Amino acid sequence: MAADTPLLQLTRITKSFAGVRALRGVDFELRAGEVHALLGENGAGKSTLIKVVTGAHRPDGGEIAVAGRAVGPLTPKSARRLGIGCIYQQPALFPDLTVAENIDLRQFASAAAWRRVDWTDRRRRAIAALEFVGARIDPAAEVRSLSMPEQQLVEIACTLGGARIVIMDEPTASLTHREQAQLFRIVRALRESGVGVVYISHRLEEIFALADRVTVLRDGASVGTHAVADIDEAGLIKLMVGREVQQLYPPAEGSPGKPVLEVDRLACPRAGVRPVSFTVRAGEVFGLAGLVGAGRTELARVLFGLTPAEAGTVRLDGLEVRIGSPAEAIARGIAYVPEDRRRHGVVLEMPVEENVTMAVHRRLFAGGWLRRTAERALAEGFIRELGVKTAGPAAPAGTLSGGNQQKVSLARWLATKPRVLILDEPTQGVDVGAKSEIHRIIRRLAREGVAVILISSDLPEVLAMSDRIGVMRGGELTAVLPGGSSAPAVMAAALGQEGRG
Amino acid sequence: MKAHFRELSVAATLALVLLALAAFAPAFYEPQPLLSLATREAPVLVVACGMAIVIIARQIDISVGSQFSICSVAAGLLAARGWPLPAVLPASIALGALMGAVNGGLVAGLGLPSIVVTLATMVTLRQGLNLVRQGEFVNLPDGVQWFGLSQGAGQAVLVLAALALLAAFAFALRHVAAGRHVYAVGTDAEASRLAGLRPRGVTFAVFVLMGALAGLAAVMNLVQSPQVQPLTGAGLELKVIAAAVVGGVAISGGRGKLWGVFAGLLLLACVSPALTHLKVEAYWEKAIQGAIILLAVVADGVRQRSERAG
Repeated sequence: MAADTPLLQLTRITKSFAGVRALRGVDFELRAGEVHALLGENGAGKSTLIKVVTGAHRPDGGEIAVAGRAVGPLTPKSARRLGIGCIYQQPALFPDLTVAENIDLRQFASAAAWRRVDWTDRRRRAIAALEFVGARIDPAAEVRSLSMPEQQLVEIACTLGGARIVIMDEPTASLTHREQAQLFRIVRALRESGVGVVYISHRLEEIFALADRVTVLRDGASVGTHAVADIDEAGLIKLMVGREVQQLYPPAEGSPGKPVLEVDRLACPRAGVRPVSFTVRAGEVFGLAGLVGAGRTELARVLFGLTPAEAGTVRLDGLEVRIGSPAEAIARGIAYVPEDRRRHGVVLEMPVEENVTMAVHRRLFAGGWLRRTAERALAEGFIRELGVKTAGPAAPAGTLSGGNQQKVSLARWLATKPRVLILDEPTQGVDVGAKSEIHRIIRRLAREGVAVILISSDLPEVLAMSDRIGVMRGGELTAVLPGGSSAPAVMAAALGQEGRG
Repeated sequence: MKAHFRELSVAATLALVLLALAAFAPAFYEPQPLLSLATREAPVLVVACGMAIVIIARQIDISVGSQFSICSVAAGLLAARGWPLPAVLPASIALGALMGAVNGGLVAGLGLPSIVVTLATMVTLRQGLNLVRQGEFVNLPDGVQWFGLSQGAGQAVLVLAALALLAAFAFALRHVAAGRHVYAVGTDAEASRLAGLRPRGVTFAVFVLMGALAGLAAVMNLVQSPQVQPLTGAGLELKVIAAAVVGGVAISGGRGKLWGVFAGLLLLACVSPALTHLKVEAYWEKAIQGAIILLAVVADGVRQRSERAG
């Protein structure tokens, strides 16, 4: 193979779903030994393109060439044989099997079902694969017992064996900073060894840190491939959204008012929350930073009554309240937009309007009768207000893009007219356009006097959006820093003295 | 249209069968046998409504046949002691609700899978009844059968009562907030809990309702004959689950309409008389009913696959 033959060449790939054109003739080229970032808003066609390459979707038209040789439409099996591996956002592992079994299964899925299992060899190969990704994980451990970031590393170890073309779809979404650095080292090592890496991420800083070239998709078409050295953040955003995005983070306005939420030594050791005290004022955005597993989501679940507190007090507008269930929290004016919208934030099978009204049944349907006209009016109001892109209020939520699903999840909680709004990773996996819209909504709510708690692993977001930043570590609130603190200051607090980062 | 496609296709199949019967076996439409058929199926329809609601809430109750038997025997014994029907009816409903509460308490309270819990209660209740009654029949006093009315009037009362109940529950599922909660919990219990609904309360309630309806149906069945035989209700659970599935209720929860269940029940109920009138061996009945269920399940599978691909 000549040095300049691309490892992967896609030419005029088209694909439609039920008459909707997801890809309208995309060209894409991946060279050996490069990291090629693929960027685009949700719905731009990235996932579809990836699925064409991994053989999950059969393209309607266009050509695919691997290492200069034309191949027909790929199947998952032929893609694997050609050395194409894909690491998905959510690890696709078998939780009840061991790490070694998972690695074995994924690397030899197509091997004969009746071949004898060589336990020693399996263990050796697992250790080698884990070593390559720099993970210190026991190959005999059950995947269920591993943390999310560890599972992500196992997922990577599963995929890498023998792959020449590695696709990474938002691999850092569930990683902490330390594992992220490790992942970057792996990606660079892959590049050194001549592997081509297709890297998908919404975090632009990762693309600038890692990629050699970047291709931007918009509305199912490529709007250009650039060397990363030749383009800046603003230029990329402009390519993605097709317009200038004025400011990534809207500035804060006004100053916080009276304390709304006063938390005093609130603890739930069962859920891993040690005594925590803090206050959030009306109109204030209180950021919660920390590593994955620092107890931020757990704290939110205690505040929302999902795992009721075992000790400590919560005051709302000066009055002490006990919150034993989500229903009580909602009645008190506390709203919680959960982390994983695809799992529990929105119900994909239910229409948008039913999703929106789900938390306000008691008020909207007082007396127990469904008022469908009122329901529709409420939903339509939020669709307009938040700019939800949907075929209509009766469309199933699952037909919306990720960013718009997140807006539906937000609408559900705004409908409760909350005094305290807890947002858990509200922009994770959301495209740049929707992200800045969500930021504007947060600002507007603060202006209207809502006390906002913003949990986010996106450090620039927490820094820019928060009036004050609480940092959690090991289930405790270890520091409260003023807004405008630097990233290193927050990271230092998140890692603590014995930090290993 | 698209949202009702599954129900409409069952209704269309039923219409075809009815048309075919009109063409080839007009005797099917003679009023007296037809009314008898409808009367026999009236209690089944009541239980099927309850079962559909249980399945929409992503649960299942296979102990309904045993609950029905116990309520039948208990109601019969009360009637034999001279209790008037207006007192026997609420007692039977309360007994059914109590058995439903046991199921619901175990499923909602301890988080046990409903198939296992109700399998256990099905066997326990059935064997308990056999042990106590030793298969003895209960002879009913005069004035119980057909509520003491003429047979025709009694039959009409039963059929109309079942239809009214069907209409009431269909309306409630669509227009009452509690109905929405059943669908929401059946679709995603955890999301419902996060939204402030009470999935465990809903789960408990659907089992209690199921038991109460089994108790009601037991009395509706009791008044049709001069005696209660303790094996009555055996196999009822399969009949009503089949009606729900054929009628478009998704066994995975969250989806289904009662008028579809009604059509499904009628379709299955027509098989036996249709065979008689078409002079086909009665042995074919179960095979044809099985084929209808299989067809419905396959149709659901195909629909789900195409939805996922789209």
